Amino acid sequence: MTGESPLGYNQARWTDDEDTYEPLLSEKNTESVAVDSALPDDLTRDSLELPNLSEPELARHYTRLSEMNYGVESGPFPLGSCTMKYNPKFTEDVAAVADASVHPDRSEQSTQGTLELQYELQQYLGKIGGMDAVTLQPPAGAAGEFAGILIANAYHESRDDDRSEVLIPDSAHGTNFASAAMAGYDVVTLPSGEDGRVDLDALAAALSEDTAALMLTNPNTLGLFERDITEISEMVHDVGGLLYYDGANLNALLGHGRPGDMGFDIMHYNVHKTFATPHGGGGPGAGPVGVVEELAEFLPDPHVRESDDGYELYAPENSIGKVHGYQGNWLVAVKAYAYIARLGDEGLADASAKAVLNANYLAEMVDYEVPFGPFHHEFVASAGEQDAGDVAKRMLDYGVHPPTTKWPEIVGEALMTEPTEIESQRTLDQLAAAFNAARADDIETLEAAPERTAARRIDQVSAARDPRLSWQALDEA
Amino acid sequence: MQFTAAEPGLSLAMRRKTVYAQFPMTANGSPYAPHTPAETEAMLSAVGVDREEALFDIPDDVRFDGEFGIDARSERATRELVEDTLAKNDDLVEFLGRGHYDHYVPSMVDHLSARSEFLTSYTQYQPEVAQGFLQALFEYQSMLVELTGLSVANCSMYDAATALGEAATLAVRVRETTGDRIVVPETLSAGRRGTLENYIAGHDITIDTYPMDDGNVDREVLAESVDEETLLVYAENPTVRGTIEEGLGAVGELADDNDALFVLGSDPVALALLQEPSSVGADVVVGDAATLGLPSAYGMGLGIFACREEFLRQVPGRLVGASEDTTGHRAYTLTLQTREQHIRRERATSNICTNQAWVALRTAMHVAWLGPDGLLDLAEDCVTLARDLADRLNDIRGVKAPVHDRHHFREFIVRTDQPASAVAADLESAGYAVHVVGEHELQVCVTETNERKIDGFVAAFEEAAR
Repeated sequence: MTGESPLGYNQARWTDDEDTYEPLLSEKNTESVAVDSALPDDLTRDSLELPNLSEPELARHYTRLSEMNYGVESGPFPLGSCTMKYNPKFTEDVAAVADASVHPDRSEQSTQGTLELQYELQQYLGKIGGMDAVTLQPPAGAAGEFAGILIANAYHESRDDDRSEVLIPDSAHGTNFASAAMAGYDVVTLPSGEDGRVDLDALAAALSEDTAALMLTNPNTLGLFERDITEISEMVHDVGGLLYYDGANLNALLGHGRPGDMGFDIMHYNVHKTFATPHGGGGPGAGPVGVVEELAEFLPDPHVRESDDGYELYAPENSIGKVHGYQGNWLVAVKAYAYIARLGDEGLADASAKAVLNANYLAEMVDYEVPFGPFHHEFVASAGEQDAGDVAKRMLDYGVHPPTTKWPEIVGEALMTEPTEIESQRTLDQLAAAFNAARADDIETLEAAPERTAARRIDQVSAARDPRLSWQALDEA
Repeated sequence: MQFTAAEPGLSLAMRRKTVYAQFPMTANGSPYAPHTPAETEAMLSAVGVDREEALFDIPDDVRFDGEFGIDARSERATRELVEDTLAKNDDLVEFLGRGHYDHYVPSMVDHLSARSEFLTSYTQYQPEVAQGFLQALFEYQSMLVELTGLSVANCSMYDAATALGEAATLAVRVRETTGDRIVVPETLSAGRRGTLENYIAGHDITIDTYPMDDGNVDREVLAESVDEETLLVYAENPTVRGTIEEGLGAVGELADDNDALFVLGSDPVALALLQEPSSVGADVVVGDAATLGLPSAYGMGLGIFACREEFLRQVPGRLVGASEDTTGHRAYTLTLQTREQHIRRERATSNICTNQAWVALRTAMHVAWLGPDGLLDLAEDCVTLARDLADRLNDIRGVKAPVHDRHHFREFIVRTDQPASAVAADLESAGYAVHVVGEHELQVCVTETNERKIDGFVAAFEEAAR
């Protein structure tokens, strides 16, 4: 039986010939130009071969490519843990003003506006997270984690306290494990309890004087708030460890709870999630890091503070140094500042309230089994006997970007769903209809999906077995 | 919806009651949440609570009931706030570079990259519905393959500094012997040096520096320094002081003879004109590709990461590959994902997840807009503009430019009889920004974006150097 959905959708599919959708730039026209330079020949290359097309041809090429791509403005995008909010248009214009684009080596007195905006964003983020000091330098969430763990390391080293382990729940984002390992720590994975939360017995067994930090996502990737957070905090601190907050799910808490009040010592913010800066097809984001007062001396260099006649840069006393060549993804930070300033206290609290309401409402409307609950900003449904990957492909046919699939692994055939606050009841009903239509679809239909997208099901196995990563590699084949 | 297993014996309704909270509804909501009061009521009713706050499962002792003290503003007022704040920056003409450059970004790049299907999408976990971005990233990778002569390029790191850090950890993973020394130029910028130090924090590796000889790699001293304990040799072309290297092939051989990785830093404009990295034995190319695609944006970048084929399965970050769909059409997908953190966790090649994909899209658009002739013309301008400006500054009494007897790209060192900081301060008063790099050394960078300001700059320099 094939499910019925009220949603109609056909993505643009430009086809050039029986083997090709939109041709590559290189297939449209390529030219090899001999190098003719004032430099001696032995300092230059001989020739340069690149696509050679007029602006009208390029405009059409990129417009067609955009039509074969799906963004938040195309339709629902409930990709769990990614917080695919609407990106307010005005923030693009704000970041495009000439004064935002100054060179990072300019003098402090000539960049007082840039420094003031950085300082104000540090203040905003500090208040929102309950943190005493914030750096804007990390260019993404994972970079924030890395900076945060380096800060934890510097703190322990400053006390001549040699610790080798970072504890991370099995439901955490993969970046947590990788960031801790990059900083030189052994990773200890904590099994989740039966309620999907931190298992206090398992935590107690893992904690020791080797524990540098516990990295925690709260609410966790199942959308569940760690109710025992105060006890967890005491347990970690009792052995001398630090508590790290992964800010990926902060959109669940704005104005309702602050990591700093829960005992977290270090946190990162994903401004491309919580503060609505565009995800850009994979980035750029920004991953500012907040710390409690005791750790402020370890923040990256430079940091912005108020001075007698404005703002200045300085190196914190025991700074971990640099995690980016300059000050991170500054234009992203400008957009985040604008978003926070626009919404204010009440708008931020309402954004979280509506995000949580939407997740719970959608969970209620979905026919799939939804274990655990009640939820904050996201929930994880189980596709049960169906393959979650196939379900996702079928949802594409219904005009919906599917949830994150097959993760976290605590839930079998996971469909990790985060609608965010931007969806109306009507859209959520349509979204639920897409889930439910896929649930009613038979296996053959699911496996044949997607049908209405620019490309049909893509062969992942041969892509990895025979990697062709450039148009040059295609020519060789 | 069926709740299961969470707390045996406690009904959903009871659990919801335990989280029933005491907060008033907000008076003014988010302007980007579309709920009407009636909708909100209907949805609350559907989930069985009477207030949104009842859904927050936060224990009372850690609930936040304070205020941030941030006032909501209209869109107009917010724009004015940000623009008025940023307008406190002085309006200076920048002659600045040292790793972060300003080239003219064509309007087409702004307009087409802002199409919401690109800008508001995310990582291409569902390739069937993301062919457009995947193809653009595939084209970006291909452009970097052409520019570097290396066969693999990923679709972005954060910036040049983090790309260098990733190259160092790649060296640890791929090198067959057990060297523990990285050698870098003494002139390596503080941002790249500091980032590199942190990226190797998890390994027992030391960083040594080698001296420069009149702006370029001192190959004789380097030859004495590189040995079998050397893991990686890093050089830049052009160098941070703007000189064009003349003997990189020997550096590549030196690294190769000692089984060390040769990592070369550059940017796409320089790569278009200067010796192909593959021809001088580079194993990895890093650098900032946002030199095209973004204006000078307070250091925001796009890390290049290109390498030889044999390192393919150790590459950090995302890779787009070509495959086929079920109809036999060529289609694109993220590939070799078992290298990455979301699958390999603590054994991943890198922790990078969110990257600079949209900047890579813009850079590819910019390269395509220039075409091979336009890109080569732009690169040649970087040689001739620097040469001509240096000549004009050299005519000023008490000024020597360029200090190094080398060919230059975009920028060069200027020696002044007067203290450099005083000259720079005078220049800033006159409306121009330059780098101070020594007691009597300034660094000056020129591209097509400040070319029309050169006459005024030279006049101001003459005043300042007096």
